Amino acid sequence: MSTTVEETHHDTHHDHKPSGIGRWLFTTNHKDIGSMYLWFSFIMFLTGGAMAMVIRAELFQPGLQLVEPHFFNQMTTVHGLIMVFGAVMPAFTGLANWMIPMMIGAPDMALPRMNNWSFWILPFAFIILLGSLFMEGGGPAFGWTFYAPLSTTYSSDSTALFVFSIHIMGISSIMGAINVIVTIMNMRAPGMNYMKMPLFVWTWLITAFLLIAVMPVLAGAVTMVLTDKYFGTSFFDAAGGGDPVMFQHIFWFFGHPEVYIMILPSFGIISAIIPAFTRKRLFGYASMVYATAAIALLSFLVWAHHMFTTGMPVFAELFFMYCTMLIAVPTGVKIFNWVATMWRGSMTFETPMLFALAFVILFTIGGFSGLMLAITPVDFQYHDTYFVVAHFHYVLVTGAIFSIMAASYYWLPKWTGHMYDTTLAKTHFWTSLISVNVLFFPMHFAGLAGMPRRIPDYATQFADINQIASIGGFAFGLSQLIFLWVVIKCVKGGEKAEAKPWDGAEGLEWTVPSPAPYHTFEKPPKVE
Amino acid sequence: MKMKPLWALLALTSLPAAAQSRLNLTQGVTEVSNRVYDLHMTIFYICCVIGVVVFGLMFISMIRHRKSKNPNPANFHENVKVEIAWTIVPLLILVGMAIPATTTLIAMEDTSDADVTVQVTGSQWKWHYKYFENDVEFFSRLATQQEQIDNKFEKGENYLLEVDRPLVIPTDRKVRFLVTSDDVIHSWWVPDFAVKKDANPGFINETWTKVDEPGIYRGQCAELCGKDHGFMPVVVIAKEPAEYEKWITEKEAEQKAAREREQELLAMEMSEDELMDLGEKVYNSTCAACHQANGQGVNGVFPALAGSGVSVDPEAKGQHIDIVVNGVTGTAMQAFGSQLSMRELAAVITYERNAWGNDTGQLIQAADINEVMNQ
Repeated sequence: MSTTVEETHHDTHHDHKPSGIGRWLFTTNHKDIGSMYLWFSFIMFLTGGAMAMVIRAELFQPGLQLVEPHFFNQMTTVHGLIMVFGAVMPAFTGLANWMIPMMIGAPDMALPRMNNWSFWILPFAFIILLGSLFMEGGGPAFGWTFYAPLSTTYSSDSTALFVFSIHIMGISSIMGAINVIVTIMNMRAPGMNYMKMPLFVWTWLITAFLLIAVMPVLAGAVTMVLTDKYFGTSFFDAAGGGDPVMFQHIFWFFGHPEVYIMILPSFGIISAIIPAFTRKRLFGYASMVYATAAIALLSFLVWAHHMFTTGMPVFAELFFMYCTMLIAVPTGVKIFNWVATMWRGSMTFETPMLFALAFVILFTIGGFSGLMLAITPVDFQYHDTYFVVAHFHYVLVTGAIFSIMAASYYWLPKWTGHMYDTTLAKTHFWTSLISVNVLFFPMHFAGLAGMPRRIPDYATQFADINQIASIGGFAFGLSQLIFLWVVIKCVKGGEKAEAKPWDGAEGLEWTVPSPAPYHTFEKPPKVE
Repeated sequence: MKMKPLWALLALTSLPAAAQSRLNLTQGVTEVSNRVYDLHMTIFYICCVIGVVVFGLMFISMIRHRKSKNPNPANFHENVKVEIAWTIVPLLILVGMAIPATTTLIAMEDTSDADVTVQVTGSQWKWHYKYFENDVEFFSRLATQQEQIDNKFEKGENYLLEVDRPLVIPTDRKVRFLVTSDDVIHSWWVPDFAVKKDANPGFINETWTKVDEPGIYRGQCAELCGKDHGFMPVVVIAKEPAEYEKWITEKEAEQKAAREREQELLAMEMSEDELMDLGEKVYNSTCAACHQANGQGVNGVFPALAGSGVSVDPEAKGQHIDIVVNGVTGTAMQAFGSQLSMRELAAVITYERNAWGNDTGQLIQAADINEVMNQ
């Protein structure tokens, strides 16, 4: 699918590479694998987005119009799984593949064959997951969080496929993470010590450790679901001595670090883009590194804030409330650092910068609702309502996804050798910015007013809010086709990009020509 | 442009109270719910102030420190005093916020000295209430007609938020809820009480409320519990204590009488028409959510009853009764023996064996049910 587009991707005059489909199947080149990850992630983004369109269309009016409740639940479930494991995570792995070797002056990733494998098992994982939708009884319909016993005793026959697809995604992520860690630890150019690494490299290093720590926990959780459903174990069944709430503890012990896995690389991207277009160095490099590490450590101590209503002892509720509130401190440090970087700089507003600025503001709004959700007594009211839906879409869509778009615009000239179409790109930005807020902002109100999440039909007082959100949703979905158009146009041609198209940009990736040659830094650069 | 969400947030606070309740958290009708509301507004205002300061600085910077206005960027970075300040100040704000949150939380979790105790049991997709002080228990199901959901009838005022038998509790009394589930996890939520507690199968959670004003309070199941998660509302009527006593005494007598009548009915035979009429009603309110009104079930999830399985096998009468009365462990099929009267069970099984072209011709009587129950 992406092959034809990618063929024209590189000028080949001084690089030897295999041709045809074999190049993509057997490649061990970090740039090829990075491109495949990015295209795969974009296809998944559109697939998951199509499911979101089904959801928003059904919720456009009260009553059941388009889909059955059972199918609606499959849509919310698979939308979540695809966006988390298919869109956001592979996009970051793609960016890591492309950029980390070029940022630290390495010729490639440390484990190139494993790199190939970790990408190529992904499409199979998602074919299995999507294929399960066509089985008798439908695909997974228990929410992306697959709480037992809804996912065990009460799930459809396709659950085994869900479990195996998650296993494959997990293996892929773990291999990707190992590769990132080994590359960063062993392949830095001489002089590139840890405290000189770009923040994108730092945040990815920390993310990779989080991945290695928690993906096995997810694998354990899905395996226990598998054996509970098919082999008569009772991990999560009280009748056999198990505990359904234990499932949630295990899931969220994975799940909370997972949400930081999806935002820490964003912090790295934003910390590269804001200084570049402010023409001023990042205010506090070291404090950014420490704040990232602090957030990562705290992420292991806050999982139960997803479960305040499950009935925990007061002591536990207080502990998790305090730890959760504490996360606001290092996160605040990051926001303040970006603002201080902008202060008295010399700013221009190219598309990557626009996305980065929107990220700072909208991610902060997601942070505010996160802080509100941390307050346990009030969380009892917010929990499992649209307020939570609004919160995590602000941090994941206007957070993670906006940062991925910022990164794409920032590095497209380096990847393709062409400048993107500025007018189209700005149109993409402004339509996305407006529609995403029309889509998600009203959800705060729906949640506060009492609309539960994951329902296919709702009481009539929520009708106008849902209608507005749906209109925003359709507009946001359509806006992403502009992005596809910009990228294809940029791959095919456009104004020639210089080695360093942004005058304020820093880093080794800008010392190689645009497009980046097939092989870079075969001799390590000198970093002073 | 990017400030839009923030302005919308601020504008909200100046709306009249009526509009506010549609867009903001409910203040509710208990002391706890009011404290929760106050916490919500406090943290919300704190976020607004921080937002105005941070976004304000960003916008000043974007306007004044753009290349056209400020071609030569400053070169400052790292300032220990500033960095300590922006670590300590948020920390102090958080401590200030944590104190009232802690006291409220401790009050919310104190379930001691309750005057009335109600056991709340969720199951797919209804609630069951059982009073501890009185011999009263009943199921509470969605009362909205399917035709309203299917957009054939106009939607009523309390669309999806109405039930056949609401929970009734006294005002000015501490009511303790013991929350549990018969199948998957549900969550019992009444926003006006600021009470939301998960119903976990095999475990019992405690929570409580003390309602100040009589009234009808509506909520919903808040934890995804399968296909009809969106269709299991909670309705609670709070009555003055005297009225509550009157209600619960009447209800107790009514349920006692019903049980006695049931015993008398064991000796009576119902006609086919009676059984089929009652059976259809019971089927549509209790069974059709899974097995569908046409008996076709949902492929791969809920088995069909029309034209297959025990409901068309004349030999399997006893097994059919057993499944409906005792349920099937490890599946979504519940034990309806405790949910329906023997008369209703007899009727619905007769209906299943003779509707949609099923032609066993067998009639089931209350006595048959009684026999299976006593085995």
